[in-house]
Amino acid sequence: MKRNLVNIFQLGIKELFSLLYDPVMLFLIVYMFSLAVFEEAENAVTGVVNAAVAIVDEDRSQLSRRIGDALLPPHFQAPDEIMIDDIDTSMEAARYAFVVDIPPGFQADLMAGRPTRIQLNVDATAMGMAATGAGYIQHIIAQEMRTFLKDDHAPAEVSIVTRAKFNPNMEAKGFQGAMALTNNITLMAILLTGAALVREREHGTIEHLLVMPLRPIEIMLAKVWANGLVVVLAASLSLYLVVKGALGTVIIGSTPLYLFVTVIYLFSVTSLGIYLATLARSMPQFGLLAMIVFVIMMLLSGAHTPLDSMPFELQMIMQLVPSTHFVNMAKAILFRDAGLDVIWPDLFATAVIGAVFFIAALLRFRKTVTLTQV
Amino acid sequence: MKTIARINALSHHYKNSVALDGIDMEIPAGCMVGLIGPDGVGKSSLLALISGVRKIQQGVVQVFGRDMNRSLNRMAVGPHIAYMPQGLGRNLYMTLSVFENVDFFGRLFGHNKEQRAWRIRELLDSTGLAAFANRPAGKLSGGMKQKLGLCCALIHDPDLLILDEPTTGVDPLSRRQFWELIERIRTRREGMSVIVATAYMDEAERFDWLIAMDDGKVLATGSPTELKSSTGTPSLESAFIELLPPEKRHGHQSLLIPPRLSREAEVAIEANELTRRFGEFVAVDQVSFRIERGEIFGFLGSNGCGKTTTMKMLTGLLPISSGEARLFGKSANATDIDLRRRVGYMTQAFSLYSELTVRQNLVLHARIFQLPGSQIAARVIEMVERFGLEDVIDELTERLPLGVRQRLSLAVAVIHDPEMLILDEPTSGVDPVARDQFWQLLLQLSREDGVTIFISTHFMNEAERCDRISLMHAGRVLAQDTPAELVRTREAANLEEAFIAYLEDTATDVMEATDKDSDRSVQTAPTQTRPRSARFDPRRGWAYARRESLEIARDPIRIAFAILGPIILMIAFGYGITFDVEDISYAVLDRDQSPESRNYLENFAGSRYFEQRAPLYNYADMDAQLRKAQLSFAIEIPSGFAKDIKRGRQPEVGIWLDGTVPFSAETARGYILGVHQSYLEQRLRTASDKAGQTVPANVETRFRYNQDFKSVYSIVPGTIMLLLIWIPAMMTAAGVVREKELGSITNFYATPVSGLEFLLGKQTPYVVIGLINFASLVLLTVYLFQVPIKGSVAALLVGGLLYVIATTGLGLLMSSFMKTQIAAIFGTAIITTVPAVNFAGFFTPVASLTPGAQVFARIFPSSYFQQISLGTFTKSLGFEVLISNFFMLTLLIGVYLLLGLTLLKTQER
Repeated sequence: MKRNLVNIFQLGIKELFSLLYDPVMLFLIVYMFSLAVFEEAENAVTGVVNAAVAIVDEDRSQLSRRIGDALLPPHFQAPDEIMIDDIDTSMEAARYAFVVDIPPGFQADLMAGRPTRIQLNVDATAMGMAATGAGYIQHIIAQEMRTFLKDDHAPAEVSIVTRAKFNPNMEAKGFQGAMALTNNITLMAILLTGAALVREREHGTIEHLLVMPLRPIEIMLAKVWANGLVVVLAASLSLYLVVKGALGTVIIGSTPLYLFVTVIYLFSVTSLGIYLATLARSMPQFGLLAMIVFVIMMLLSGAHTPLDSMPFELQMIMQLVPSTHFVNMAKAILFRDAGLDVIWPDLFATAVIGAVFFIAALLRFRKTVTLTQV
Repeated sequence: MKTIARINALSHHYKNSVALDGIDMEIPAGCMVGLIGPDGVGKSSLLALISGVRKIQQGVVQVFGRDMNRSLNRMAVGPHIAYMPQGLGRNLYMTLSVFENVDFFGRLFGHNKEQRAWRIRELLDSTGLAAFANRPAGKLSGGMKQKLGLCCALIHDPDLLILDEPTTGVDPLSRRQFWELIERIRTRREGMSVIVATAYMDEAERFDWLIAMDDGKVLATGSPTELKSSTGTPSLESAFIELLPPEKRHGHQSLLIPPRLSREAEVAIEANELTRRFGEFVAVDQVSFRIERGEIFGFLGSNGCGKTTTMKMLTGLLPISSGEARLFGKSANATDIDLRRRVGYMTQAFSLYSELTVRQNLVLHARIFQLPGSQIAARVIEMVERFGLEDVIDELTERLPLGVRQRLSLAVAVIHDPEMLILDEPTSGVDPVARDQFWQLLLQLSREDGVTIFISTHFMNEAERCDRISLMHAGRVLAQDTPAELVRTREAANLEEAFIAYLEDTATDVMEATDKDSDRSVQTAPTQTRPRSARFDPRRGWAYARRESLEIARDPIRIAFAILGPIILMIAFGYGITFDVEDISYAVLDRDQSPESRNYLENFAGSRYFEQRAPLYNYADMDAQLRKAQLSFAIEIPSGFAKDIKRGRQPEVGIWLDGTVPFSAETARGYILGVHQSYLEQRLRTASDKAGQTVPANVETRFRYNQDFKSVYSIVPGTIMLLLIWIPAMMTAAGVVREKELGSITNFYATPVSGLEFLLGKQTPYVVIGLINFASLVLLTVYLFQVPIKGSVAALLVGGLLYVIATTGLGLLMSSFMKTQIAAIFGTAIITTVPAVNFAGFFTPVASLTPGAQVFARIFPSSYFQQISLGTFTKSLGFEVLISNFFMLTLLIGVYLLLGLTLLKTQER
């Protein structure tokens, strides 16, 4: 037993030296966990943020100008004023997601109590912001009209106050940052471990290891711990320096618990990476296979769109993918301050899935050495 | 004397070593020039510099009187030079057949179909490869690979043939045939100059003119007789040693083989009818032998004759098909760890970690073999001293010359004091001095330490040093005995003759090569019209495209991933990514429990967007459920709600959202506000109906392009955009880099192919696969997801074509400057995922991105195709509106290509 551990440790050290030797990879790792996370958190926003709006002001009244002025950041960019004939072309070119058309005589009609209507054109292909954004604009216009008419003779009978728990300002940055970090952890772990194994096979060094007093399980565990360690270190630094530091996200949950969960997740994903490497016979095959698996893990795990809106069957399938559970846990721990009592089912699932991949890879390991295609 | 190449003050450096140190010489034309010297003295560098494959750092090289420093000159003389790099089949494509390999080179040199057919037949006939025209190059024996390499080099009738150790690792018969072939070609093409680097001194004896090199310097030049007479030695081998500076000569003495003293009867290795089949192919056919403890047993045979396979079975790396192998009386079992501890193994290819230093490699192996920690340092020092590695102990193994690396391999193999060594061609590619030193070590191990040594080799003089040898050919043992006995049995002059005699007994493929009739066609060879080397010749590009397609066609697994992958992903994403929000879970904390509160809440219960869960009783309950993400939001109705409405006191409904995922929270809030608003309007309407008033103004919202407001109309066209960058870019990412890693990139350096032809040729097949993906995705979109193409079909198709060209170009760009396949794959994955998902308009329109993100959007092709895809599918658009996107895609294609051309090196450095 002690011998096994020594072997695993030694081989892992070797793995770290190999990585150290490749400056391009080191650069990419640093980039992935620093700038890439920052960039994505700062800029990749879904929802109504910074939406491009235009106004066709045919009324040119005080009220119409007030409506224009009321479309404010962070939800909206300062609206462009365009002509009525430009509505179609500019929307076709996707220059604006929303175009508000205020008809001539709008203010006068409103004051006179004559029926009149503002037209709101929504680019419904911009699914991420169309519905919510349209709701906001309607709400803003209604409010402006009400204030303008000083319409307090018919106050709303019931008022409503919404409060967001866990993230009072519904600040997207932190969430985006955490999810970017999650995706990068996944990508790193799969590619780093899998590609390292494929390369060792292409260079014949795995054969060399297999004639020494080593077992495949030791070789695999060495890859898991060494690559996992690199990713965990990078991810922790990223969490402290980028997500908490540069992005200024308030993490209400327990960071140590998050890192612990990340370790379990890394076991799962590095095992997956090794498994994929045993399926592929050459680096180009591995690249394609890893890409296909990674994009599924990225887009369907709930980091980008909610799992709840997927078809039931797909939700069930995604339960077999470790990233789904990790995203769940990341959200729960970081933003809802959930403890082990809440996340344990996900943690358990992650570990079990990892073990399955690990065993599957172990069963194929010896066989695939002879299958290498150069 | 006419000169073919003139070299002045030529120096070449690698990171921290000097390969060539101010060389001056003139190489005579029209003869066989040999380049001799130990490994790592700069022979290969010199040949690569003469052929124009490597970039000149310092000094002048003139070939055919032209300065090779200038690319125009290289273009001009390139077609007159043929270069065959070191390593068996380094410049061949292993999955391509013999014919296809030669055909590819013919196409590179612009031969038409007729010329090619004629010349390939001629070359294959004269090399005896004609019978194997359809066999993949990877399945040829070493000798055949080299002959094929020669065919590929000779296809364009070069005036200067440069061969870098062409016969290293080749069996003696093939070796002899190889030189006969060269001789015949030279008689046919008078005036052709040949420059050969070789490690075999007996070969060098036959050359016209020799260059002896050591340590980046020229020791002497002249004919073999001149060299011998000037040193006063009988053989070249000793002449060379004589030429070495004294301090190097020191330590070399001719090898004496002490006889084995004790003949123990104990059997160390035993094989009975050992057989290994790969499908139809029998790699090892009923091989039997017994090796006694302390014996040096040799396997002599060409590459690919089954030596390696046999050894792998002994070590348990390969399962045995039938028969039996026993080590120390125990069955060779892959899982027997203790057995492995008693064996040292050294593989044919250098298989240590090239990214570790000498010391790190030694320490790693010492640890794995569980030497006591306190002894490791001493043992490592001992090995380093014994194997002469003191000077390089902290060097990266990658940078060591082959001979030194092999010494390190042996050091690693014996670091744990094994009782048995299995050495697979340990001296392949190692120069004579280093080989003798290596054998000195082996003899020591055998005679002093009693280590059993099982060694395979293709060197005759090494085989002679073994106690017993087994002659192998095509998976079978031809004969087995002591070297002397074998020579006596065949009444041969030496072992080489004896081996050739045995080989000739087996009437197999190699024999055809000696067919003297093949000379017939050679005589009739017409002089060939040499094609002008144009700057751009589509035929050369096509040659690369064709070859790449063939390689892809031989890799069905990759094709399956490439074709089926996008289809599977499309189905997953088409159904899986959706913004259609339904069944948002919520619960109610109703503190009023009045008809009015229930009336208010009915509006939520009735909405298809919401799904009600069991009511809440207090804040703690609410908190717990939100924390577990069982609820998306909670509604709190204050007590006195009904009373307050009646009195006009405007009661306040509280909504508690889970703000973790801001997008989901915002969407939910939007719907909540909508329900609340309609409740208010409903109240107002009932009120105003009573009062006879009308509602003054409202906002009419038109959801354009997608009236049903279904995700599928925007997600599915967007998914086409995503998949057509991920898969095609990833396919091309390995393209160029893989050739760099495997060595076939040399063909690009050595032939008149321009960078543009190379890149376009490599790209073409992937564009075709990309278009197949595009077609399948469009069909899925229209028929499975029922998203019709409302706009111009032509615009969509042209857009798809441009996009695929751009994305494959992006992958190729990554590939052209990255150094390893891993880095290229990594880089491509990084560069394509985040920008395509976040900055191309998939989730958020580009116009609504931050200025920083918009930059990302503009330099990647995805944002433009997103507009074309969405525009033609959903927005009913045609060319006119989308024109700027087509323009930008075309521009990016050009930019990627130019960047790729700039970053792609046309010479080795």
